[in-house]
Amino acid sequence: MSFSNIRREDASRAVIVHAILLTYTLVALYPIFLVVINAFKTRKGIFKDPMGLPNADTFSLEGFTKVLAKSDFELFFYNSFSVTIITIVIVLLLAAMAAWALSEYKFPGNTVLALYLAIGIMVPIRLGSVSILNLIVDLGLINTLTALVMVYVAQGLPLAIFILTEFMHQIPKDLKEAARCDGVGEFKIFFAIILPLIRPAVATVAVFTMIPIWNDLWFPLILAPGDGKQTITLGVQQFIGQYVTDWNAVLASLSLAIIPILVLYLIFSRQLIRGLTSGAVK
Amino acid sequence: MADLKLDQIRKSYGAVDVLHGIDLDVKDGEFVVFVGPSGCGKSTLLRIIAGLEEITGGDLMIDGEVVNTKSPRDRGIAMVFQSYALYPHMTVYKNMAFGLKLDKQDKAAIDARVREAARILQLDQLLDRRPSELSGGQRQRVAIGRAIVRQPKVFLFDEPLSNLDAALRVQTRIEIAKLHQDLKSTIIYVTHDQVEAMTLADKIVVMNGGNVEQVGSPMQLYHHPETRFVAGFIGSPAMNFTKVTIDAVEEGKVTVAIPGGIKSVLPFDVPSAAVGQQVELGIRPEHLALGDVGELTVSGVVDVVEKLGDSTYLYLNLANGDRVTVRAPGHSRVKMGDTVTASAPAGAAHLFNGEGKAFTKVDCPAEFSADDI
Repeated sequence: MSFSNIRREDASRAVIVHAILLTYTLVALYPIFLVVINAFKTRKGIFKDPMGLPNADTFSLEGFTKVLAKSDFELFFYNSFSVTIITIVIVLLLAAMAAWALSEYKFPGNTVLALYLAIGIMVPIRLGSVSILNLIVDLGLINTLTALVMVYVAQGLPLAIFILTEFMHQIPKDLKEAARCDGVGEFKIFFAIILPLIRPAVATVAVFTMIPIWNDLWFPLILAPGDGKQTITLGVQQFIGQYVTDWNAVLASLSLAIIPILVLYLIFSRQLIRGLTSGAVK
Repeated sequence: MADLKLDQIRKSYGAVDVLHGIDLDVKDGEFVVFVGPSGCGKSTLLRIIAGLEEITGGDLMIDGEVVNTKSPRDRGIAMVFQSYALYPHMTVYKNMAFGLKLDKQDKAAIDARVREAARILQLDQLLDRRPSELSGGQRQRVAIGRAIVRQPKVFLFDEPLSNLDAALRVQTRIEIAKLHQDLKSTIIYVTHDQVEAMTLADKIVVMNGGNVEQVGSPMQLYHHPETRFVAGFIGSPAMNFTKVTIDAVEEGKVTVAIPGGIKSVLPFDVPSAAVGQQVELGIRPEHLALGDVGELTVSGVVDVVEKLGDSTYLYLNLANGDRVTVRAPGHSRVKMGDTVTASAPAGAAHLFNGEGKAFTKVDCPAEFSADDI
């Protein structure tokens, strides 16, 4: 009897949990859905029936034609893409190496250093915007993508190091020692054994690092607002005017902006396979 | 191939001393087994030899050369881990070739070595598999193969069989023994299983609490344990011990009073000053026989009967509360609750003083001696 009670309790709990998660998913996805459907409508269609799907009367690609023909969309796209990719590569490499050092080598100040890096997770980098701007101006890097990359690397590192350190702790000690007995150097151990083993964690960190960078408006606005250096989020702003907003163009470019991040996400998420270490030990 | 010499090796973790000055000589081609209970320091000693732990004091020599500060690679050792520690993302072939590729050897030579090792270990068919697709025994063979291809001076095995099931353990044990015969290499093997130690070793090192208790051949340790610890550790089921009092001492003879009023004369060299002292008498279960046929006699009530088929172990409760194990023949009809008498010849006895050191046995009968084995 008690057994069936437990089953029933479990089932009702599962229903509640799923209901909450489904609601949250709907709330999160609906605005994106709205953006995408309205991107395919005429201006009239958008204002008349903002929630409706495009139909024969309201369907139009005018937003996309405008964006692609009348703006430097390809350039914005290229800027965003290169800043994101370069940052991810640098963050992953540096964070993985730092995590390896923190988790594998015992040296004085190890814990203090790890704590210092963890503080970076708690303090938003935007609090330092003014000093960052000063610094970038002094370095003569204003209006360059380099400035953005540098700031984003600093922003991404703390969380990346934190997550990767935890994962590296889980790699069996025997594996590293077996490699050392095999005569493998420390760099080779890191690149040929440790990195392949924490691939799922690296993919997770890549996703976490990539999304805020792609979506960021703040730093492009203050560090690289000049012509030719605008990222996609900043580029879209030209369609938003003080008196008139070209909603077709805004929604179309936002829809287009979703695509690359979605592709990157799919690439990384394929790496998130569990059980990669099975068979290593025992 | 190489000699190995440990000279007063000490190891401390902070204030905790783990090894208290270990001396040991390992000759070229010898199979040495470190055995002892958990926490006795045997694995630490192995890891020190491997170069995975720093030495706090003393010298470690391989081939006459002090290697205290050398990296594992430069010591010419190869280690097989208890957990196998195979690289999970590499195939069996790559696992074995990984260490060689770093030596910048040419591909054909590496390939030949890997295939030769695979042939010896019957891994030929598995070279393209990954560790996750192998059984426990196969993984262990890959781990051994990874050591073989490096052609090390010394092989180190850290409890390699403890993750295998009983049948596979016996099989792999035999394979390791054969491998040693074929390769004629120096092997140091750590285990807590005394059967593995007895069956594999040329030389057993019994460790306890960071000290070496005794070094010797398996039969030496079995027949001539120098301490009570070794006597109790080697042999299964463990040796029976009972407290006795020394009654009288003559040249090469000692009379002891066994609880229960019986006095026995045993062939030991005991200093006359020891008269009246309490010492410990040890007899192995397999040297006790049912009936009153030997010089040392005990009787008690059977508490537990374990039937193994070829033999039956009887656990007796003596009148003084001591427990004695007796190995009876497999067809024994003794039941729980029976009162039985068992006895052993005086030559089978072991006698240990208050500090657990053994007294020297004189005129040891051949069946209880390791002299000619």
